[in-house]
Amino acid sequence: MHDRESSSLAHGEHPPHLQHHFSDEQQQLDSDKLGMWLFLVSEILLFGGLFCVYANYRAHHPEVFIYAHRYLDTTLGGINTVVLICSSFTMAWAVRAAQLGQRRALVTLLALTLLAGLTFLGIKSVEYEAKWKHGLLWGTHYRPVAEEPAAPGSASGGAAPTAAAPTPAPAPTPASVPAATGAQSSGAGQPLRQGGQWIVEHSLIPRAAQGPAGLASGLAASQPVEPGQIVEQPKNVQVFFAVYFAMTGLHAIHVIAGMVVIAIMLLLALRGRFDDGYYTPVDLTGLFWHLVDVIWIFLFPLLYLIR
Amino acid sequence: MSDTPIDVRNADGQAAGRAAPDNYLTHARGFRSWAFTLDHKRIGVMYLVSLLFFFFLGGMLAMLIRAELVEPGMQIVSKSRYNELFTLHGAIMIFLVVIPGIPVALGNFVLPLMLGARDVAFPKLNLASYYLYVAGALFMLAAIAFGGVDTGWTFYTPYSTTTNTNVVPVVFGVFILGFSSIFTGLNFIVTIHKLRPPGMNWFRMPLFLWSLYATAIIQVLATPVLGITLLLLIVERAFHIGIFDSALGGDPVLFQHFFWFYSHPAVYIMILPAMGVISEVIPTFSRKHIFGYGAIAASSIAIAVLSFLVWGHHMFVSGQSDLGNMIFSAFTFAVAIPSAVKVFNWLATMYKGSIALQTPMLYALSFLFLFGIGGMTGLFLATLSTDVHLHDTYFVVAHFHYVIMGGTMIAFFAGLHYWWPKMTGRMYSERLGALSAWLVFIGFNLTFFPQFVMGAHGMPRRYADYPAQFEPYHLLSSIGAFLMAAAFFLMAGYLLHALRRGRPAPPNPWGSATLEWQCASPPPYDNFAVTPQAGDPYDLERLRYDAARGWYDPDEDAKSAGGAGGAA
Amino acid sequence: MMTEGMQAAAESPSGEPSARTVHGARAHVSSLRELAAVLAALLALTALTVAAARVDLGSWNLFIALGIASVKVLLVVLFFMHLRYDRPFHGIVFLAAILFVMLFVGLVLVDTSAYQSNLIPGYAPALEESEAPQQPAPAAQQPGSAPAPSQPPSGAQ
Repeated sequence: MHDRESSSLAHGEHPPHLQHHFSDEQQQLDSDKLGMWLFLVSEILLFGGLFCVYANYRAHHPEVFIYAHRYLDTTLGGINTVVLICSSFTMAWAVRAAQLGQRRALVTLLALTLLAGLTFLGIKSVEYEAKWKHGLLWGTHYRPVAEEPAAPGSASGGAAPTAAAPTPAPAPTPASVPAATGAQSSGAGQPLRQGGQWIVEHSLIPRAAQGPAGLASGLAASQPVEPGQIVEQPKNVQVFFAVYFAMTGLHAIHVIAGMVVIAIMLLLALRGRFDDGYYTPVDLTGLFWHLVDVIWIFLFPLLYLIR
Repeated sequence: MSDTPIDVRNADGQAAGRAAPDNYLTHARGFRSWAFTLDHKRIGVMYLVSLLFFFFLGGMLAMLIRAELVEPGMQIVSKSRYNELFTLHGAIMIFLVVIPGIPVALGNFVLPLMLGARDVAFPKLNLASYYLYVAGALFMLAAIAFGGVDTGWTFYTPYSTTTNTNVVPVVFGVFILGFSSIFTGLNFIVTIHKLRPPGMNWFRMPLFLWSLYATAIIQVLATPVLGITLLLLIVERAFHIGIFDSALGGDPVLFQHFFWFYSHPAVYIMILPAMGVISEVIPTFSRKHIFGYGAIAASSIAIAVLSFLVWGHHMFVSGQSDLGNMIFSAFTFAVAIPSAVKVFNWLATMYKGSIALQTPMLYALSFLFLFGIGGMTGLFLATLSTDVHLHDTYFVVAHFHYVIMGGTMIAFFAGLHYWWPKMTGRMYSERLGALSAWLVFIGFNLTFFPQFVMGAHGMPRRYADYPAQFEPYHLLSSIGAFLMAAAFFLMAGYLLHALRRGRPAPPNPWGSATLEWQCASPPPYDNFAVTPQAGDPYDLERLRYDAARGWYDPDEDAKSAGGAGGAA
Repeated sequence: MMTEGMQAAAESPSGEPSARTVHGARAHVSSLRELAAVLAALLALTALTVAAARVDLGSWNLFIALGIASVKVLLVVLFFMHLRYDRPFHGIVFLAAILFVMLFVGLVLVDTSAYQSNLIPGYAPALEESEAPQQPAPAAQQPGSAPAPSQPPSGAQ
């Protein structure tokens, strides 16, 4: 029974972390968890709006997405995915350590999670910087430029003298993956400008017979595209980058927020505030961090792995 | 914790007034005891005061609008200033008054008391909600101070992305208010799930709590979509991201989908708590058990769920597809059904009851009439063929004022007058209360009924000027508005007077069986020394009326589980 | 590390307590083995989804990618976030969120899919074939079909 007489005793006589309006710790723990899950629901709905934007534009302009996603570096995206998954692991382990009262493990694991977050943000900033450099931004800022000819081996099989990859230069270029035959290359085709038109070095747009329904008519060329052939890019490619930056930007903000909270948890853990009797804040922080991971698990294939 | 819990059984109304026992208002004093309070009652009071202030502010903007519209031609303001007036009237009323509305101003105070609890589940989050509310309000006020916004409170693209008025501060303020709303909803859901007393299962909860629960579900699920919408709007204005700009490949109608996915459920955030208040007031003042408890509870949840399926009825003429139009029209007809279920249950409650026409009941009866009209005129708008003619006319304006003001605000005042003795420990003048209620009712109908007619005749909304044929309607409407304003000033007057000079209130002046009436008026700091035992919240028979004193004796059945008995 | 007033519950085969009471609150403690298994599964699925993206399966690619992502999310939610061992109501809450997102996305897609996109020639090439044939492209049209695709049409700002 929730008899409050017993919980209105002086502080020393009831559990120190029990707040006065709860009658026992189970109720408090259950309430805290439910509250956190409800907050996660609101975060899911927040991102849900962006997924709606994505779904709409991709459904009605698939050619834009298929064309533009090649500018994203799948390798970096994949690394980021792995980084976040591992950080989820360390976070879950940290919660376990907190539950078992293992203070040193808790501190270490929280620090590792933070490190993973930093790595994620670092890779993200590399990607963003590359986009900026190549003018691959949103709206009216979308002014793609090709770089000066860089390392000769930048394109596997690239032959044109002005060939240069508008893909992130410092990172291991996805073109280092040898382009498979036909329409199977996974990395970036290297479209570049030549007098207002675009040359598709390695066409990823398969022939009409093979390609996704309706795509072939989406480009001015309903005939198949050969390497070196001049084609037009689809209209409104900047929409892809608007969606990309909106989604990954909001996600990055949440990564930063999560890292701030984890840092606070780290400080509190260092001061010995958590023990096996009280670790709820770590638990709730973990839930938030896992949600950040969950969102990225959906973002990665939707943005980077489009066919 | 030195405050002595009030022993209800020995409460003597007159003596309590003179002896001034310790209550939540006197428990601690000073600015900081309010600014940093974690007491849900104080937070509720702060919300109430803020809400009434913004109601006043929004009302003044409305008076300016109505003053301008008395005659054709521009007399008081310019046309662009007029656009700013109706935008800010709408934004302030919707986001600062009606959406926070009953849950924060009355619910915060009453919810834990109705549960026999000491506080909500997360008191600090509650205070944070209040400060977010204040922050959001400050941003919106700043926008007024620095030039106003003229997009209409709906912020439709592409105008909102291209106008050179201060859209971003207002929109950012609303964004912050959204989080205030989410956290309040979150708090209420957890409180209702976890802090119910022994004996109170879900079907023994007062219906006000069912309505707050359904409202909280909508708040948590829908408000984030508003958040992302406004965020995209801000980003669009700041960085020209192009998502809603058709020249950049975007879709302006998508904004409307996003906006209304929240804003339609938002109107149910507004009306559900109002219906909850009515569900409390009508049984109490009919001295009769509520009819159809299960149906009313279920209809609250049904409304919450269905409210998510109808948003497109705001977009019938915005370029929405025919398929979308038909789907949304059909669902809109469906969502009217649970509301009607409630109205019939309330009427059945009153049938053969012993009706006491005191001020809260007068407002409740006004609600039935005004919400009935508002709801039924909604059907004209749900019908595709008629909506084509009525969209963006004064018919729509009249419809939503009938449901929002005639519904939510009237119920708000019903609840305010109902719980006023509990919150303040004072009774107000019943005569002035009744007078004010009548004046509000008459003034309201005078203001908005002509708007139905002129809307059907084609008078567009958001227009600063109009042809002479509409002048009689506008004149009537403005007269009604001034009458209503007078009635509200009267209300403010007698309520403020009651604070100082009102008769001290007994614990249970109205004879209700819900748990908040088991503690003193005003309640002590920690609400209940011992958790009361919950029974049927509408079993009014067991309360005895003490004619000599003019109030209802304490509820003998709501003994504590531990049975402290007699003096605590 | 047991403090006063706590009781350890049944132990899992790994020798660690699988559920603890902590000052009266029961909470599930994940075993390291379980966490590591989930990590391995997640990494494997990531590799799988990258590999699947390299194979052209037409419109199935999207569903396969989303399917694998959903499995990954389920693993994180059930095990890292403890939903498997938590109160069922938390699962209902999570499910409700997903359902509402799907409702929102779905219904908006239903509407936008039925737009008449042929009003601006060349604007939505993927949909143009399925629409009824319409107006001949007027001379002074938006900068819709002109070939200068490297610059987006100047905005309406």
